[in-house]
Amino acid sequence: MEVNLRIFRYNPETDKKPHYEKYKVEADLTDQVLDLLNKVKWEQDGTLAYRRSCAHGICGSDAVRINGINRLACKVLVRDVGTNITIEPILGLPVIKDLIVDMEKFFDHYRSVMPYFINDDPPPVKERLQSQEQRLRFDDTTKCILCAACTTSCPSFWASGEYVGPAAIVQAHRFIFDSRDHGAEQRLQILNDRMGIWRCHDIYNCTDACPREIEVTKALGEVKVAIATGKVD
Amino acid sequence: MQHQYEVVIVGAGGAGLMAALHASKTAKTAVLSKLYPVRSHTGTAQGGVGAALGNLEEDRPEWHTFDSVKGSDYLGDQDAIEFMCQEAVPTVYELEHMGLPFDRTPEGRIAQRPFGGHTNNDTGKPVRRACYAADRTGHMILQTLYQQCIKNKVKFFDEFQVLDVILHDGVTAGVVAAELLTGEIHVFHAKAVIFATGGWGRVWEITSNAHSYTGDGVAITMRRGIPGQDMEFFQFHPTGIYKMGILITEGVRGEGGVLINNEGERFMDHYAPTVKDLASRDVVSRAMYLEMRDGRGIDGKRYLNLDVRPDTVNKYAQRDGRTQPDGTPYQVTGDEILRKLPDIVDFCRTYLAVDPITQPMPVQPTAHYAMGGIPTNMFGEVVADEENSILPGMYAAGEVACVSVHGANRLGTNSLLDIIVFGKQAGIKAAEYANETSFPSLPEGADRFVLDQLDALRGNSSSVKVCDLRQEMQEVMMAKVGVFREEEGMKQAVERVRELKERFKQVSVDDQGKVFNTDLYEAWELGCLLDVAEVTAVSALERRESRGAHAREDYPKRLDDQWLKHTLAYLETDGVKLKYKPVTITRFQPKERVY
Repeated sequence: MEVNLRIFRYNPETDKKPHYEKYKVEADLTDQVLDLLNKVKWEQDGTLAYRRSCAHGICGSDAVRINGINRLACKVLVRDVGTNITIEPILGLPVIKDLIVDMEKFFDHYRSVMPYFINDDPPPVKERLQSQEQRLRFDDTTKCILCAACTTSCPSFWASGEYVGPAAIVQAHRFIFDSRDHGAEQRLQILNDRMGIWRCHDIYNCTDACPREIEVTKALGEVKVAIATGKVD
Repeated sequence: MQHQYEVVIVGAGGAGLMAALHASKTAKTAVLSKLYPVRSHTGTAQGGVGAALGNLEEDRPEWHTFDSVKGSDYLGDQDAIEFMCQEAVPTVYELEHMGLPFDRTPEGRIAQRPFGGHTNNDTGKPVRRACYAADRTGHMILQTLYQQCIKNKVKFFDEFQVLDVILHDGVTAGVVAAELLTGEIHVFHAKAVIFATGGWGRVWEITSNAHSYTGDGVAITMRRGIPGQDMEFFQFHPTGIYKMGILITEGVRGEGGVLINNEGERFMDHYAPTVKDLASRDVVSRAMYLEMRDGRGIDGKRYLNLDVRPDTVNKYAQRDGRTQPDGTPYQVTGDEILRKLPDIVDFCRTYLAVDPITQPMPVQPTAHYAMGGIPTNMFGEVVADEENSILPGMYAAGEVACVSVHGANRLGTNSLLDIIVFGKQAGIKAAEYANETSFPSLPEGADRFVLDQLDALRGNSSSVKVCDLRQEMQEVMMAKVGVFREEEGMKQAVERVRELKERFKQVSVDDQGKVFNTDLYEAWELGCLLDVAEVTAVSALERRESRGAHAREDYPKRLDDQWLKHTLAYLETDGVKLKYKPVTITRFQPKERVY
């Protein structure tokens, strides 16, 4: 079948402002939107720029807006969205070229929440013990692939890029609720800020956007409760 | 622009990051990666990392060693394999101490599951050796190592694509890279360089590998005179999603899933009577090809069913006499499958509209892993000839390296093990070397070779397209240098790839800009793939035996008298020159390999 694509284009070396370009490609219902981008790039216009790597929803390179909704291009098939498809860069981060945005601010926010294991006790010879129940407490947030689909779907982040954003809080959650970790207090202090967790107004765009089906809003709610009560459980 | 670091690491997957954590302790270190580190292909590894922790039943590093030697079809170097399997245990604990969220046993220890080729050497039965975190163990390793790099303030150059290594006066002096954002060419002056650039599954049409897995590292070093070792050995994983190649972890079979043909028969009984579906990957992929060739593909097509529905699992578990650690019969529920294999369930629902809890999955062998690569010793030092002479300052680790611990066929879970053990070794050794040497001199025009290559690509104006050449290469390599091979087909493949290399000289790119010119670098990557394809096909054509992943219909037997040796392939202007070097055998004399 023939699919009509409308793709956001911007080349900083030649364009004053962005525009949309239309393409027609032959596709099957089971083709990924990433396959369609590849067809355009390989067969029609090599200048089209986008990030991609694993092509099955794990590496997190290809978060874009597909018909207005944040998705990974490799996890949406033609049968999911039909034959008229608009593809644009994710919002809230500066566009560099076509579908490629500047991710630096996003990773700055990520690094700001101490997204690493903290436990200065001398480790045992073998593993630290943890029950499977304790392990499952933070299972959901270990799935995050840092694709930025959640953060760039959040109206609070659109309003202010200084908001740390849901992805960073998800990463903090992964450690705050890990029974082996000792850094919860510091992380909660970082997030207890005007540009921290309190910018979250439970809009749920993030939960809908997550390609890993993480319950993002729920995780953020748990962080709020931990700050409010001073207890992590 | 020019930079100076004592140690430069190329690639930010598991091997690169592990090397970075250890090198940066004592040496000024930078990591260059063409992707953001968390995008690296390590993240797609699913089933587990092998280590004989013995958390659920008796296990020993010695058994792991023998299983890996046998899995390698005796082409692995036994000193290196023994080292890896011994180091596995403390290194997995090291990851846990970094916070890696492994699944847990009822006692709170690291959970382990069975995997192909890993056995209790006394009984021959599968042993639980794969340490796992659901079916995203690679993702957890990549995330954990990157997190620790942030904690330890490791210096990264993200989205810098390395295009050349600088070798000067017989020592390593740095690398040349393009900054994708600006198109600027940077020279990194270094005392030591570690290549951890991953594999090259994109040589083949059906692959589990990322678009970015284009063999850059091994192509760069081969162009600089370092041979590619054992390049004919490329693993086809038995269970890729039909037509797409996306990996379905061996952990599915570890949890009790079975392969079924069009007659509803669990055919691995015939090919591996003891361990059945958990035989080594080369054995299972060949069995699948034979089933399909004899008309037992599902509906006559080129796929078979992988069935992990609870009723099926429980039926065959009972038939095999499989038990839980406490001795009770092995039984699973749909919920348990979903909990242990959530990503597999998600892939099948997303890409196939198939629910593996209630429907079987259509699978076919998929190009998955390079056993060969840049020759190194067990310390990650590159050894550049048949005498194993060390090339000072040059290191390699992970899939791009050939230690060789995988020989002719890698066991599942040994790739994640390889990256953490040898990534660490390379990092430690590179830093030690950097601490005892001064900076080598940089040659004049260190970036000349790179600039010439890019100018040539930019300067062409023809109708020759990257996608056409790549597609032709992938088709011929899949058909002629795939799971089964024979003389005539491989000769055709060599000829065809050489013809494609000629046409590549005319290949044209549309994008003439500087900023994120992915068109240009995709073309450059195709050049790497073509070099790798040629070396692979020539090495395979010359090896007149069957061993591990290299299965020849015209030479169906392993021939130790003639071929128990490593191939070293030198890429020269007038073709590929082959030399050989001996395999290190310590404790295990070669014998027939049955599962």
